[in-house]
Amino acid sequence: MLTVEGLVKRFGGFTAVNNVSFRVEQGEILGLIGPNGSGKSTIFNMLSGTLIPTAGSILFDGAEIAGKAPHRIINSGIGRTFQIPRPFHRLTIFENVALAGYYGQGSHSRARADEAAERALAMVGLPTNRHAGVDGLGAAGLKKLELAKALATGPKLLLADESLGGLDEHEMDQAADMLRKIRDELGITIIWVEHIMGVLMRVVDRVMVLDHGEKISEGLPSAVASDPRVIEVYLGTDADSSQAAAAEARRRAGV
Amino acid sequence: MNSRHAAWGIGLAALIALPFVYRDPYHLHILVLILIWSFAYTAWSIMGRFGLVSLGHGGFMGVGAYITALLWNHLGVSPWIGIPVSMVAAGILALIVAYPCFRFRITGHYFVLVTLALSGIVLQVITATRDYTGGSLGYTPNRAPSGHGLMALQFDDKTTWYLIALAVWVLGLLIWRWVDRSMSRYAMEAISEDEDAAAAAGVNVTAEKLKITLISALMTALAGALYCQYQMFISPDTVSGIAVSLQMVFAVIVGGLYVSLGPTVGAVITILLAEVLRIGFGTKAVGWDNLVYGVLLVIFIIFLPKGILGSVLDRLKTQPKPSGSK
Repeated sequence: MLTVEGLVKRFGGFTAVNNVSFRVEQGEILGLIGPNGSGKSTIFNMLSGTLIPTAGSILFDGAEIAGKAPHRIINSGIGRTFQIPRPFHRLTIFENVALAGYYGQGSHSRARADEAAERALAMVGLPTNRHAGVDGLGAAGLKKLELAKALATGPKLLLADESLGGLDEHEMDQAADMLRKIRDELGITIIWVEHIMGVLMRVVDRVMVLDHGEKISEGLPSAVASDPRVIEVYLGTDADSSQAAAAEARRRAGV
Repeated sequence: MNSRHAAWGIGLAALIALPFVYRDPYHLHILVLILIWSFAYTAWSIMGRFGLVSLGHGGFMGVGAYITALLWNHLGVSPWIGIPVSMVAAGILALIVAYPCFRFRITGHYFVLVTLALSGIVLQVITATRDYTGGSLGYTPNRAPSGHGLMALQFDDKTTWYLIALAVWVLGLLIWRWVDRSMSRYAMEAISEDEDAAAAAGVNVTAEKLKITLISALMTALAGALYCQYQMFISPDTVSGIAVSLQMVFAVIVGGLYVSLGPTVGAVITILLAEVLRIGFGTKAVGWDNLVYGVLLVIFIIFLPKGILGSVLDRLKTQPKPSGSK
């Protein structure tokens, strides 16, 4: 459903994303991993229209979306979360999500927006009452709100950006299960960007690894976790710790 | 909710009845001014409350006033047509200035500076075309022949003007309320906090900002045109330029930016203040009102950022039952 060809993004002389191509199939969860500054978020920002690619093409459902305005991309069926939650503090939780339901689906119907908000909030496990404010939410709650906002836009493809940063292990597992549930129950295709490799490996169908803006590996979680290049760049070159981390990753991936 | 509607109904009925039982022309004059300026301030606050601080509204007001008057004097176009034309002109001007700002993300202080230039430009145009506009000496719409007052929108009767101003003021409050209850308010609140996140929720940021700016500019032009028709004299100082723009900001912040009647409270305070200074100190106090505005503005921004009405309403909300305490 998504075909990315030769995607490039340069900021002045710095190349953040260099000639990356990949495909995402309907109904899969693709994990996108890589160290800090490897270009994951930059790719997300290009897919969602926040950044305009320097070169390359992004075909979504057969239509070119590279360089289109963000609201058009959201309306065409892509939803996104931000790495650091960006709630609207002056709106209630419900209003935050209803806003996305109203504008994100392009229908501009209040009834549909409220309905979408209720469904999205129930899905992520936030209260659907209309008056609760955003400021009462903790880190996990804010991540859920971020996800609910993205879901309310009625996406076919969900771009989930590092949903787990700042959560404890139990919350991480819950969040990972949540993404799987979103795919299984709503049939939404997901690209999941994440630092924390272990949890991600357990849930995704395929993994793509980035380093310095380039794709260095792609495939099944088990294969990627034992790819020496991945172990080197992603887990570090220190032999002992990288071996241990790789073993841990394989264990969690169920290999 | 019902008691609230009843309170509005009774208040409005009392305001409508007022000129029929109380006929002091000076006081009615002050009330008409308060209502017209309240409408202008409400227009400003419709975009100002979302962080779109405009110092260009004096420009829109000037366009409304001068185009209506010029069309009448030079082409004999009735203000009934002239006012809509002037509003359209102000709307086009607003789009020309605002679209590039919004498209290229000129926000915050930079947006304020661009709009400030708009005020300055309109003022310059009025003074530079003094052969037509009278320049800084001001401009007077021609008196309509007797019997054509309605067509020329000229009335000697204060009661008529009071009722017109009251209707327009109510219209302003209704528009404020309509925006407040629309999804556009959610979108604008979101945009004012985080444009990227708003866009990620599907909001067309540029279009939403343009929409709210357009509504605000059209209303402001209408206020300018009405002021012109009522006073039958306009000058760059009274309906255009930076001073008028600043006066709007001041009044709205003092009254309350986030409540529907805030701008009205601001208008009551600024106009009474100006009158008190004028009567109390006469010509010795020319320009004092601006000095007092400036000082008060700083004090309000520091101590009462929600304005007088906003703060009072907050106080009432947090202490709902004073009888129950102690």
